[in-house]
Amino acid sequence: MTYLAKSPWIIHYDATSCNGCDIEVLACLTPMYDVERFGVINTGNPKHADIFLITGSVNEQNIKVVENIYNQMPNPKVVVAIGICATSGGIFRECYNVLGGVDKVIPVDVYVPGCAARPEAIIDGVVKAIGVLEQKHTQMKKGAAVS
Amino acid sequence: MIEEQKTIEISPSDLVVKVRDMFVEQYRLVQIGATKLPDRIEINYSFDKNYQFINFRLILMDDKVEIPSVSGVYWNALFYENEIHDLFGLNIKGIVLDFKGTFYETKEKFAFASCPPKVEPIVRVKEKGKLNEQ
Amino acid sequence: MSNRTIIPFGPQHPVLPEPIHLDLVMEDETVVEAIPRIGWVHRGLEKLVEKKDFLEMTYVAERICGICSFIHGLTYCHGIEQIMNIEVPIRAHYLRTLWSEFSRIHSHLLWLGLVADAFGFESLFMHSWRIREKVLDIIEATTGGRVIFGSAKVGGTRRDIDNDMLKRILIQVTEIDKEMKEISQTFLNDFSVQQRLKDVGILSKADANMLGAVGPMLRASGVNQDMRKLNYAAYGQINWEPVIAQEGDCYARVQVRVGELFQASDIIRQVIEKIPEGPVDVKVTGMPQGEFFARTEQPRGEVIYYLKGNGTKNLERMRVRTPTFANIPAITKVLPGIQLADVPMMLLTIDPCISCTER
Repeated sequence: MTYLAKSPWIIHYDATSCNGCDIEVLACLTPMYDVERFGVINTGNPKHADIFLITGSVNEQNIKVVENIYNQMPNPKVVVAIGICATSGGIFRECYNVLGGVDKVIPVDVYVPGCAARPEAIIDGVVKAIGVLEQKHTQMKKGAAVS
Repeated sequence: MIEEQKTIEISPSDLVVKVRDMFVEQYRLVQIGATKLPDRIEINYSFDKNYQFINFRLILMDDKVEIPSVSGVYWNALFYENEIHDLFGLNIKGIVLDFKGTFYETKEKFAFASCPPKVEPIVRVKEKGKLNEQ
Repeated sequence: MSNRTIIPFGPQHPVLPEPIHLDLVMEDETVVEAIPRIGWVHRGLEKLVEKKDFLEMTYVAERICGICSFIHGLTYCHGIEQIMNIEVPIRAHYLRTLWSEFSRIHSHLLWLGLVADAFGFESLFMHSWRIREKVLDIIEATTGGRVIFGSAKVGGTRRDIDNDMLKRILIQVTEIDKEMKEISQTFLNDFSVQQRLKDVGILSKADANMLGAVGPMLRASGVNQDMRKLNYAAYGQINWEPVIAQEGDCYARVQVRVGELFQASDIIRQVIEKIPEGPVDVKVTGMPQGEFFARTEQPRGEVIYYLKGNGTKNLERMRVRTPTFANIPAITKVLPGIQLADVPMMLLTIDPCISCTER
């Protein structure tokens, strides 16, 4: 597991999700699953966030929004693609306006499949993301020490 | 059928007049939707009052025809009309708030303007003891 | 004269679970004009009818929206059944009614939570979602899915619920009812809640009708209209009346939705009492030829599926007009004149479902 001293903060953006995964992300924060007890907070501001949860595939109009949110997040940052649509396009991959998975636009670290992804799976994905976050953090520190 | 659904064919020239009549009779504009068929385009204007469903149908033979906007009568029609313009590439004149093609930004412009190639239903005919596909 | 500024609202905004954009033209703290823009969730799934056959499209229809998923599937199946003249078994009609009402409860609880969050009542949000989880448990036990049910099917339903389970549901619904009463007391009678909701964003009866508003938005303005009165599924055999309120403000919309929570649990009780034995589906043969406008009532209001088949396995057109699309004109007319701080809450009172809207 991880040895990061602080809880990660999360930002969530709905690309072209059907809402199914979105409400499951929100359900993670509510009394049944309640990740807030570990200090994980869903923030609305990309500049406060460590982990970017993205649901749904990317389309023509929201590429800019997704890139914009990703670029505004401070390093180190981790992207988690939630649901099968964010992973590969899912049932909608043949639609004319769907480009496919989120990895076509920004680098994705953790994939959480499922339609809709269950809250347990989402929490698992986030725990995995914390591991990646820690790796990136150590790498960054090493890089800073060398230069 | 669970409910009666009346469809009346109208021409572009009496569209606005007919729709105004519905407005005066306090019908609610339910939806406007276009359908691209191999030989024609249909636009359905649906109205409802006390669960009575009435549908006006505009039949266009080509997509260059100018269609008058009904958004001057029903204000909410502007959303449907902008949608039809962006997805079907139809020419709707005089929308009260014209997004000029930016309502939906799609990868493919006017995605619904083309019709899929017509697939003939496969008829299986038994001939001389073996199955042939025609 | 004061200065006018334009405040961009969305697409990514803390209060919005989904992307919608509003250009708010402000004069000091008051909204003068609101121009909506959509398209961030547009997938173009109506065009999928050319690639998938009419039976597969049921699953696409269910994934138009993850909150009213089941009713989307139901409406699609209802439309196809009307075109093809399929007689659906009565038990399947009752099961469809049961699942429709469970999705209404879960959707309304979700919305009540979000609106509580919008006016800053965090614990009320948590309580609403806590109760919602109990509803989801029942849904999961009967269908296997939490948000996407996958239970609608042309010609009936894909699953049956046995009588033991129905009895257990009855007990659980009574418990849920008790907890819903508790939170509804706060929603309707709490002083600070009323301060935020009363007399905000009034939509008159005439406006609601002429702007094409649907669902709780329309009924909160005193119009008695509920598409369940068209008697699809088993609604014709059940005693119920649409919930309406007169004032047309945010408080009235909360009132209507709270009323519908208890109405839904009452319908569920009647369904369990009256459900007959029998098969739950019939075999579907042939291809759809003809057209039909299927209309049903979702938690957010009337949804319309226009289906047109030409005798092949692929439909010629599927056009979906969802409730939020019909409510956007009303919200853009109501926004001018209110304070900036009330905008998020106003926007939430139509219960926006953007993935529905843009399909």
